[in-house]
Amino acid sequence: MQWESWSAFWDMGGAGAFVWGSYGVTFALVALELVLVMQRRKDTVKRLLRWRRAVGKDGSGRLGAAQLESEQ
Amino acid sequence: MADGLNLEKNHMNVKPRGPSLFRFAAPQMFYPLAGRLAPWFAAAALVLTAIGMWLSFFVAPTDATQGEVYRVIFIHVPAAWMSMFIYLVMAFWAAVGLVMNTRLSFVMSQALAPTGAMFCFVALWTGALWGKPTWGAYWVWDARLTSQLLLLFLYFGFIALTRAIEDPRRADRAGAIIALVGAVNVPIIYFSVKWWNTLHQGASVSLTKAPSMAATMLAGMLVMAFAAWAYTLAVTLWRVRPMILERERHTEWVGEVLDRERGRG
Amino acid sequence: MLSTFFAVLRRDLLLAWRSRSDVLVTLAFFVIVVCLFPFGVGAEPNQLRAIAPGVLWVAALLACLLSLHRLFAQDYADGTLEQLLLSSEPAVLWVLAKVLAFWLTTGLPVVAVAPGLALLLDLEQGALPVLALSLALGTPILALLGAVGAALTLGLRGGGMLLALLILPLFVPVLIFGAGAVEAEASGTGALAHLLLLGGGLAGALALAPLACAAALRISTD
Repeated sequence: MQWESWSAFWDMGGAGAFVWGSYGVTFALVALELVLVMQRRKDTVKRLLRWRRAVGKDGSGRLGAAQLESEQ
Repeated sequence: MADGLNLEKNHMNVKPRGPSLFRFAAPQMFYPLAGRLAPWFAAAALVLTAIGMWLSFFVAPTDATQGEVYRVIFIHVPAAWMSMFIYLVMAFWAAVGLVMNTRLSFVMSQALAPTGAMFCFVALWTGALWGKPTWGAYWVWDARLTSQLLLLFLYFGFIALTRAIEDPRRADRAGAIIALVGAVNVPIIYFSVKWWNTLHQGASVSLTKAPSMAATMLAGMLVMAFAAWAYTLAVTLWRVRPMILERERHTEWVGEVLDRERGRG
Repeated sequence: MLSTFFAVLRRDLLLAWRSRSDVLVTLAFFVIVVCLFPFGVGAEPNQLRAIAPGVLWVAALLACLLSLHRLFAQDYADGTLEQLLLSSEPAVLWVLAKVLAFWLTTGLPVVAVAPGLALLLDLEQGALPVLALSLALGTPILALLGAVGAALTLGLRGGGMLLALLILPLFVPVLIFGAGAVEAEASGTGALAHLLLLGGGLAGALALAPLACAAALRISTD
């Protein structure tokens, strides 16, 4: 172990702001990306379910071509 | 457009359970596969990050010349590697899409782009924070930094173009072209910037790292690089799944998936 | 084959001649941008001389960028583009003709005016031929690369900004070697290496960009 104390660890030889600023922003961005990806999945599922209700195909089954065209 | 869609689907229905890996090129095969694989990659990323952080902060020794601030290297270098590598993979999938006419490849390249841009930004950000205490400036117009910045712009261009085009067929192909044009230009940009940089040796900052790097430092960097790989795989697979649903929304199997989702709440 | 090339070239030049105010506006834009710099950075001759190559090159690059939308927009709107794509003539050929016509009406005037503007910025007179030569070699590359971007953003909302975002990073090497050639000549180290690299870039762009542009046009009009 090379750190004498926790405060020495956080201080990083005087460069704490730079080191922790790097790691902090990186992990914040990773967390943000994960949240956005999960959010997008939820939004897509919700939107597609609504879309299926709108075209009257609530249950399973393939849409007719005519309905498809009118939807687009 | 609907014609093309049906054509392709029929083509895929011919052999949905082929013996080769190619059967996963069919969206209805790939969707559940991606869902099964992603958590494993995410877990691997978590474990590797934990190991990497332990190596970076508790095993790797203090650098003789730079002190503790060099520990930024353990995310800076993997992020820079990853940002370049992801662009190449993106261009690869774009080329596969154009040649083989597989829509899944285009979706893959579009799902990779945001993560690549994120790593690109991380590399620039950590580079700036590392630069301030070591060279006294957040930014110098060094060849590597400048190319990294231009790479970020290339990512932005790709993302903006594919988002701006509403017709997915056109968006796929247009994005693929710009990804390939960018990939051809990346080495040209790098060498031109390097040439420019040697002519304008203004600040005369040497960015060459110490030749002898402790083995533990290298190990920490590699483990973090593998963590970045695993993370990229996980997040890309997660991002690809809703994109597939969106594009295949007219098909039966997506209907079944959605019914299951609704049942879940 | 060549007759297609010349037919498209003549047609585009004729159209450009009929709307020559567009061409003049591009040129005026180039002149005004260059003339803005002394107001921004001060009229100190040494400083102006130092930044002159970069200023002229960036202005030429922006002038090219702002006129690029003209390249295919009109033909896209009136259906000419579709007809050309449906014809049996190789697309690469008429794409090249269109880009050449575009360069003759926007690039060439810039090349002609630049040495005069360089005098306003007190650039050394010995470097003027190199400036003209570097622009003559570099602006066709800008036109060729820009054509790919213009083809990809055809008919998109906000296409202009998108085009800038797509192709400005790709213009960087041209800017480096173009402005670098003038600077090297002015400082006495010789511009040959820069000019050779620009020439090589032009050859590469001539070989690859029309292919990419033709593919992009097909995608955009599909």
